[in-house]
Amino acid sequence: MKKNLLPAIRLTLVCLVFFCGIYTTAVWGIAQLVPNKGKGFTINQNDKSYYTNVGQSFKSDRYFWSRPSAVDYNAAGSGGSNKGPSNADYLAQVQQRIDTFLARNPGISKQDIPSDIVTASGSGLDPNISVDAALVQMKRIAAVRSIDAATLKTLIEQQTEKPMLGLFGTSKINVLNLNLALDKISHK
Amino acid sequence: MNTEIPGVILTYALVIIFAIPLGRYIGKVFKYEATWADKIFNPIDNLFFKLSGIDPSREMRWKQHLAALLSINAVWYIISMLVLTNMGRLPLNPDHNPSMSADLAFNTTISFITNTNLQHYSGETGISYLGQMMLMLWQFISAGTGMAICAVVFKAMREKTQPALGNFYSYFVRSCTRVLLPLALVVATLLAFNGVPMTFEGKETVTTLEGISQKISRGPVAAFVAIKQLGTNGGGFYGVNSAHPLENPNYFTNLVETISIILIPMAMVFAMGYVLKRKKLARIIFGVMTIGFLALLIPTVYNETQGNVALTHLGITQSMGSMEGKEVRFGSAASANWAIYTTCTSNGSVNAMHDSLTPLSGMTTLLGMMANCFFGGIGVGFLNFYIFIILGVFISGLMVGRTPEFLGKKIEAKEMKIAMIIALLHPLLILAGTAISCFLYSKNPTLYASWLNNPGHHGFSEMLYEFTSSSANNGSGFEGLGDNTPFWNIACGVVMIMARYLPIIGPVAIAGILANKKYIPETNGTLKTDTSTFGLMVFAVIVIVAALSFFPALTLGPIAEYFTMH
Repeated sequence: MKKNLLPAIRLTLVCLVFFCGIYTTAVWGIAQLVPNKGKGFTINQNDKSYYTNVGQSFKSDRYFWSRPSAVDYNAAGSGGSNKGPSNADYLAQVQQRIDTFLARNPGISKQDIPSDIVTASGSGLDPNISVDAALVQMKRIAAVRSIDAATLKTLIEQQTEKPMLGLFGTSKINVLNLNLALDKISHK
Repeated sequence: MNTEIPGVILTYALVIIFAIPLGRYIGKVFKYEATWADKIFNPIDNLFFKLSGIDPSREMRWKQHLAALLSINAVWYIISMLVLTNMGRLPLNPDHNPSMSADLAFNTTISFITNTNLQHYSGETGISYLGQMMLMLWQFISAGTGMAICAVVFKAMREKTQPALGNFYSYFVRSCTRVLLPLALVVATLLAFNGVPMTFEGKETVTTLEGISQKISRGPVAAFVAIKQLGTNGGGFYGVNSAHPLENPNYFTNLVETISIILIPMAMVFAMGYVLKRKKLARIIFGVMTIGFLALLIPTVYNETQGNVALTHLGITQSMGSMEGKEVRFGSAASANWAIYTTCTSNGSVNAMHDSLTPLSGMTTLLGMMANCFFGGIGVGFLNFYIFIILGVFISGLMVGRTPEFLGKKIEAKEMKIAMIIALLHPLLILAGTAISCFLYSKNPTLYASWLNNPGHHGFSEMLYEFTSSSANNGSGFEGLGDNTPFWNIACGVVMIMARYLPIIGPVAIAGILANKKYIPETNGTLKTDTSTFGLMVFAVIVIVAALSFFPALTLGPIAEYFTMH
């Protein structure tokens, strides 16, 4: 045991320098070539900068809403609801979200609501919603902003991110990008 | 929906395409054959040995290998405890996060040096950048430990009658520098170019479009995530792991991270084929592992894409499947896919919250960890499978009335005893742990009310999952469990230690004892281990051990929950 300890300590220190120091520095160096130097991707509009990948809370009627979040979009403390599928409190909560959604989106019926807009994401920071979840909010936005539905529909189509290579994964919409684009065509 | 399933198929196809050549390369590294990388790595490795005062050519017997492994792990334990309990006062802490309490530091330390990465803290608030970097070091070298000890077993399996089994430090350093490091650099680069942060600056406060202030947590994420995925570690930089949009920003990064989970564990099987020059045996093992893996994967993907029945009753549309706890950019299929990759391999990272999986998917993730040998953790997954091979050899030997032999060595009472103890250890740790926690909870539900986030059967599953994850050295969780309490920190810590080191000691001892025995050349009377019949036999042993041990517990948790919902 004793003759193993000294080499173990020395080897650990060498590993520390190599894998923490040199490896991390190398990756950091590579990241300096990335847009925004490895601090995360941002988008600028009206002299303000936003993180494109980090979901934001959107609750007002004039913006497309983002998904419910168990941590209210706290980007310094991510989290999901961790509610089990059969939990009665959880199901009551979803029912409440459905009721709220129907109340604030007149002319929409229950079976039009896609599940992602009434269920909490894993991170609590989901930047995306499904295409259906954007379309189902179109009527409300059109009424509040006095834009015709066709313009909105085109906007949603433009903002739809296709599956990878058109073949793999989901179609989705970045809520922040959609709302920024919405602000560009209507200031109301 | 119809583009989600092809993504699942693509992932597995790419894994196989990368794992075969990587396995060959790892085999060469373990056999000290020349590779393209020697020019770069020979000088680096020599520097490692020179600075550490190690003679890499000193041959070790199996007991010396274990002594070397256990002492270096003890050193890591002490360093980690010191840093985690004092990091609040140490440098690299721009967000002024506090030091850990002793029981949390114990749990976290054990968790990272045993390659488990169970996290009872949250990355954004519970640890400094110095702490994160140290944990990243454990992620590298605990994976290197698994590879090195697996190399020892390969060597022991190959030798005819030979007690000298190479040098532990040499296998260890070669695994870290020649396999883990280059792969981690590639993955980290891909992640950084796709928006995963890599910075030493602290949180940034931004104002959202609706005018709310939002603090964005950043850090050296890309470097950390790369090795977390590749080393079957799984401990995330952020609290929600790879569900976080900065840890896993898009479908492409998700693909890269999913492949990284299983790449090396699968390559180890092919590496064995190369080292032993028994390609057919490797293919049989790969086949058994794949069948077990797909038997868990397919129902999980199906169930998650079908959605939650309880939500269907509420009258909404679930065309994306069950979305509670999942991210829209991955969808339910890729999330279910990840859930099985991560639980079969002892990785334990998540891209969706397992607590919110539908009941039967909760069960398949549990089963992945209960079997713990369908690819399994780096190196140790193969060791677990080795135990089942020994059991399979013994049982088939008895069935056909022949002395059990494996690779020309007689399997006798001593080896069988060790194999049985190791095979039964995993169920013992899981079931005893769950039983104790249930006993405590049911005696005093008000005192322990903060433990469970869900009532009834699902609450039971939360406790069962925590012990299964600890004992499988997995590290994922039904995260609703209020687990940062002295009971969970200490109980899980003890389970992780036993579940890491005993299943390393056992197979190494068996392989070491067998390597010393007289080699008996194969004859017509020898039981062939590289046939599909024998593969089926091993698969049956795994299923029987898992079924007999775990189905009563599964019945109380996920199966009961399923039937209450339908």
